[in-house]
Amino acid sequence: MAVIPRLRGRRPSTDGGSRGRARGAFVLRHLVRFVISLAVLLVASFAMIHLIPGDPVRASLGPAAPVELVEARRAALGLDQPILTQLASYVGHVVSGDFGTSFLSGEPVGEVIASRLPNTLALALLATVVALLVAVPLGMWAGVRTENGRNRGTEAAFTSATGTAVAIPEFLYAIAAVALFAIGLGWFPPAGKGGPESYVLPVLALAIAPAAMIARISRVETLRELGSDYVRLARAKRLPSARIHLRHVLPNTLTATLTIGGLLLTGLIAGSVLVEYVFAWPGLGLRIVESITQKDYPVAQGVILVYGAIVLVVNLLVDVLLGLLDPTSALKET
Amino acid sequence: MRHLLRTPAGLAGTILVTLMVVLAVIGPPIWGAEAERINPAAILQGVSGEHLLGTDNLGRDILARVLVAGRLSLVLALLTTLIGAAAGVVLGALPSVLPRRGARLVTGTVNALVAFPSLLLAMFTAVISGLGAKGAVLGIGVALAPGFARLTQTLAASVASADYVAASRMLGVPRMRVMTRHILPNIAEPLILNLTQALGNALLALAGMSFLGLGVQPPSFDWGRLLFDGFGRIYDTPAVALGPAVAVALAGIGFNLLGDALARAAARGGAAVKAAPAGAAVPRQETEPDPEAVLEVRDLTVTFPGGVTPVRGLSLTIAPGEIVGLVGESGSGKSLTASAVGGLVPYPGEVTASRLRLCGSDLDDLTEQQRRKLLGTSLAMVFQDPMASLNPALRIGGQLAEVSTVHQGAGRAQAWERAVDRLDHVRIPEPARRARQHPHELSGGMRQRVVIAMGLMGTPRLIIADEPTTALDVTVQRQILRLLRQVTAETGAATLFISHDIAVVGELCHRVVVMYAGRVVEELPVEQLATGAAHPYTRALVASLPDMDTDRSLPLASIPGRQPAPAEVGSGCAFADRCELASDRCAELPPLVPYGKAHRVACWEAS
Amino acid sequence: MIIKNLTVRFGAFTAVDDVTLEIPPGAIVGLVGESGSGKSTLAKAVTGLVPYRGEITGADPRRIQMVFQNPYASLDPRMTVGASVGEGLRLPRAERRAEVERLLSLVSLPAALAGRYPRELSGGMRQRVAVARALGARPELLVADEITSALDVSVQGAVLNLVRSLREELGLSMLFISHNLAVVRYVSDVVAVMHQGRLVETGPTEEVVGAPRHDYTRSLLEAVPRLGRTS
Repeated sequence: MAVIPRLRGRRPSTDGGSRGRARGAFVLRHLVRFVISLAVLLVASFAMIHLIPGDPVRASLGPAAPVELVEARRAALGLDQPILTQLASYVGHVVSGDFGTSFLSGEPVGEVIASRLPNTLALALLATVVALLVAVPLGMWAGVRTENGRNRGTEAAFTSATGTAVAIPEFLYAIAAVALFAIGLGWFPPAGKGGPESYVLPVLALAIAPAAMIARISRVETLRELGSDYVRLARAKRLPSARIHLRHVLPNTLTATLTIGGLLLTGLIAGSVLVEYVFAWPGLGLRIVESITQKDYPVAQGVILVYGAIVLVVNLLVDVLLGLLDPTSALKET
Repeated sequence: MRHLLRTPAGLAGTILVTLMVVLAVIGPPIWGAEAERINPAAILQGVSGEHLLGTDNLGRDILARVLVAGRLSLVLALLTTLIGAAAGVVLGALPSVLPRRGARLVTGTVNALVAFPSLLLAMFTAVISGLGAKGAVLGIGVALAPGFARLTQTLAASVASADYVAASRMLGVPRMRVMTRHILPNIAEPLILNLTQALGNALLALAGMSFLGLGVQPPSFDWGRLLFDGFGRIYDTPAVALGPAVAVALAGIGFNLLGDALARAAARGGAAVKAAPAGAAVPRQETEPDPEAVLEVRDLTVTFPGGVTPVRGLSLTIAPGEIVGLVGESGSGKSLTASAVGGLVPYPGEVTASRLRLCGSDLDDLTEQQRRKLLGTSLAMVFQDPMASLNPALRIGGQLAEVSTVHQGAGRAQAWERAVDRLDHVRIPEPARRARQHPHELSGGMRQRVVIAMGLMGTPRLIIADEPTTALDVTVQRQILRLLRQVTAETGAATLFISHDIAVVGELCHRVVVMYAGRVVEELPVEQLATGAAHPYTRALVASLPDMDTDRSLPLASIPGRQPAPAEVGSGCAFADRCELASDRCAELPPLVPYGKAHRVACWEAS
Repeated sequence: MIIKNLTVRFGAFTAVDDVTLEIPPGAIVGLVGESGSGKSTLAKAVTGLVPYRGEITGADPRRIQMVFQNPYASLDPRMTVGASVGEGLRLPRAERRAEVERLLSLVSLPAALAGRYPRELSGGMRQRVAVARALGARPELLVADEITSALDVSVQGAVLNLVRSLREELGLSMLFISHNLAVVRYVSDVVAVMHQGRLVETGPTEEVVGAPRHDYTRSLLEAVPRLGRTS
């Protein structure tokens, strides 16, 4: 048999050129989807103010406010214009970074966001990193230990512990942390943002539940990969188990684990609202709670828009990065 | 239900959720008055014998308020979940009814919304509808909907594409009836399971909203609101926040554990694993080992807990250069035999043998280090699915090269060079380029060549190929069989070829070993297979297989009944139930005895 | 039934390319090809499960039935055998019961099986139930797509015998699809060979197997493993 004809596989191999084009199209598709979502989000945040029953300005200023002030504020907000004109001017303003001014403090909302967003992002990102660093090795260890129903005790302990940890919301962890480590033991400050020690409790409160979730996923993925034929073959090759676990299994579990990790980041951003509230952390979350309670609509509108945009950006990054990194599942239509 | 209560987590979840429901029913009538009674004399008290969790700013007993608030917390969560589930199921079912464009729009919207945290949507509705339970319930309900929608969609799509749905559509069963008879019943169970978890999530999200002061407003109160009130006093009297916090936590844990346990019970669907002692130790064989044999196995037995014994006392000797076919139907134990020889039987399987020698060394006499090296370099394995046998994340060259770096102490460059050389050896064109590729860039036949090349990285004495061509097309199968034959001839290694396909075995192998229900029933030279088989099972297998010379005017032989499962095998001949020749003697196990030259059979009635 | 110039495209990919094939009444036409040859897509087009261009004449589309490859996926796990077999029958209750019994007896299964669930049956029995369900529609054409490839050899023989007896006793026309040329040869009157979406050779079984004209048919024939042929 001198020449073997090129065999027809179930999945045809692609040459470099069409691969690059496929990647380009893949990224473009996600970008287009992102821009559409962003536009929908913008319209939704605009509509929010208009969906408030009755007059938002009157609702905000209260029944005792003088008519002139209400009218002036309505005019300042452009509420006396036709609705499409309002939408156009809203979009125009947002695009140029103008989110309006706070009813209460008179500060530009853009400045509020700029000063508070970094504090929120710092909490969320730190919590994600901590959760991943703890959870991935933990889940993998549990997976290796409980393969094929080995060590049933470990399995029961792991699933109950993570099942319990996942079910407790971040604000309860936050309250418990304040009561125990700040007020009880006095190890960390109970509130506010200061030096590095002030980050410990908020990050801890925010990271526990996602870490438990990621650890479970990491274990399930590890178990699945351990049962696959390529691991059987690696074992048949008598590779050391450390090599099998770290070089063969780990990269294959990461895709699914990081997908969930990325999605958890968006959940963390919402969770940070509650944690910021408990720790009086000067982030966006604390501000939005105040603005909703006090009917400071421009601030609420701006902050919700920013939160929504963060969710969309994170999703875009997760989708595109994983799509480009994973050699097999890449570029497939979703 | 029994499964649910068997695990501690399931038991705890069931108890907690039951307590929640009981509390919601009896809480308000019993402690309602106490919870509302204002006592100016006992304002803002801490923990005392009279007020176990203290009192609030109007002197009301906090413990009573926690016990009463359970009902509102649960009812709101229930309402929220129902809104989410109803909206979600409708949204999820829409794409299967709408025209293509509309369906894509709905799917796209659902996919975009799934990622939005519920708290964010709840705040959005809270801005619109003002503070209060209504906004929170609506917002969180809406936020739950995309999750349900996606689940409904995925489930419905997988059921709708099932063959049985296609079959009923072909029979002309109306669309609605297909929906109600096939699709809904098959997706209901996972959806209901999901409700439990969603209920827990809704309860926590509502508590969060109330805790921020955005949810339930006074004079109503749920656990979140009580926490809001208590949190302000956490610096002086932390205990007042404790009651509502514990209530929320327990409710969350209860629903989550119950949901988990329900899902696991549904996935298991019966069949609990019984633990039982493994097979007894087999005494070491005292007869002289065969010094020439590549592989010599005596009385190999594989046992699983519960008395399941898929391989029963199998003996096999393979000489260098020999290709031995191990043939049998699914469940005959042939693949486990291969795993046992390769030391790959998965936990909790137990392997025993009175002798297990590879390349002249008894595996029991070697140290762990020596055994690793021997098996890693002298034994090559090839599995059925070439798609799954290679690590999708790693380059092909690296997967080959690691054999040399780990076992032969080769440097990286040297190992890579050998990998490319081995790829070339199995006739992969452009081996240097292929080595840098990932497995998915190769066709199935190519991948199987790569797996064979991997086995050639060392100096294989025995190649175990477990159904290596079953997943391949016949023309590709032919090339792989030819490659295996060439490799065996060139290296002088022996091959143990495992297959369900007696025709493939007949074409490739020198000697054939037929397995049935964990035992060898016949061992014969390949020339004897077509016409000279002695065991009635072998003969029936050959006769039931149509080949290119089968007489088309005669019906094919078929064997009535089925092979007993590993747990059902009795003490006599396992084939007796299906055998035309069976007699009373077959209640006793027939030994494998010589039957002519190089031919052995285990049958009392073989003539 | 005549299939004329049938083409199936999925986007830019042509799965079935201009296939013309006649299935004479009472005959079994065997369609053989490797994975990706388009044979299963052709089956789906004939049964109306995928859209196609071209013509199918000589058969009422509602009376074309199909039996699938995987006997574990082709029966609803929540329906009894009787309910599955009786699903397409438009008959009053009592008559339906008798008809289900008759259909089960056609595939040599006992009537008592009607009350059982698919999970209680072996693969071979399930496949017979699927055939019985299809026969309930009194089909003019039965499409059998790889119906024995998921079965063990000892059971495969019984299903193939059933296929032949259905033709002999009921005069059923059949499109029998398989990757296994030996199986196709055994049951078919006419053999059609598919390769990369096209029909490369069609003819009476003995002719195609005995004197293949197309190169691809020849390479397929050579690749068929044979007992006791050591090459």
